[in-house]
Amino acid sequence: MADTPKPTPRIRMAATAKAGDVIEVKTLISHEMESGQRKDASGQPVPRKIIKQFTASFNGREIMKAEWGSAISANPYQSFFVRVPETGTFEFSWLDDDGSIYKAEQKVTVS
Amino acid sequence: MTRFTGRKPCSQSPATPRAKSRREVLLLAAGSSAAAIVGMQRASAAPEQVAAETKKLFGDKKLLDGKIKLELPTIAENGLVVPLSFEVDSPMSDTDYVKAVHLYAEGNPNPLVASFMFTPLSPKAAASIRIRLAGTQNVVAFAEMSGGDVYTTRKEVKVTIGGCGG
Repeated sequence: MADTPKPTPRIRMAATAKAGDVIEVKTLISHEMESGQRKDASGQPVPRKIIKQFTASFNGREIMKAEWGSAISANPYQSFFVRVPETGTFEFSWLDDDGSIYKAEQKVTVS
Repeated sequence: MTRFTGRKPCSQSPATPRAKSRREVLLLAAGSSAAAIVGMQRASAAPEQVAAETKKLFGDKKLLDGKIKLELPTIAENGLVVPLSFEVDSPMSDTDYVKAVHLYAEGNPNPLVASFMFTPLSPKAAASIRIRLAGTQNVVAFAEMSGGDVYTTRKEVKVTIGGCGG
């Protein structure tokens, strides 16, 4: 699977909020999430390659972390909630089985 | 249901044209029933496996009912993409919050679906994801509170087309 495109993360969340607001974050990343259960045409098991961890933080402080198993669907979607204490940057990162880290950021301005 | 493409079910039958000879039909039927048997064998050990894994996590702690709202479809047409969302009832304050939520699918070859680690910075112990289910089975959720209590709930999902080997 050398020709699989590089996973691209996408974030959807409000860019402005009031201080203390709770907002929903929707994340999506393109990834095959190969479960390790499938067999290829010659009967050999296809090795597992999934995103195993997702982390969300705000200005460097961790908000939540998710450890994913092979039962997470391809192109993993995840939505959750964050609180906006002040103007700052939310950082999201996805950790692949092969060690790659995919990152996304969203600045939120408190009005 | 074809929004997420690029992925075939685990039993790899290449897309065949409509018209099939009698022999092909018979072969196909034999193949898929064999696949179904393999799928069943693989999935059968899971409820005990879930019990063993949670015992490792929580020891002999008593599991309490309630607090968790687990949302899953009663019938999932496609086991490859099953929407799941949960919310745990908690004030999410510095002293009383949900530490972790663990989700298991009892009928999957690897029962652990996902674990969520929350902090007091999370305003709600809630999330939505999309999961794969190998067949009709129970999905079990465990919520670990900061005080040490563990809550659990389960929901059965009927899967029409398995996400793996069904």
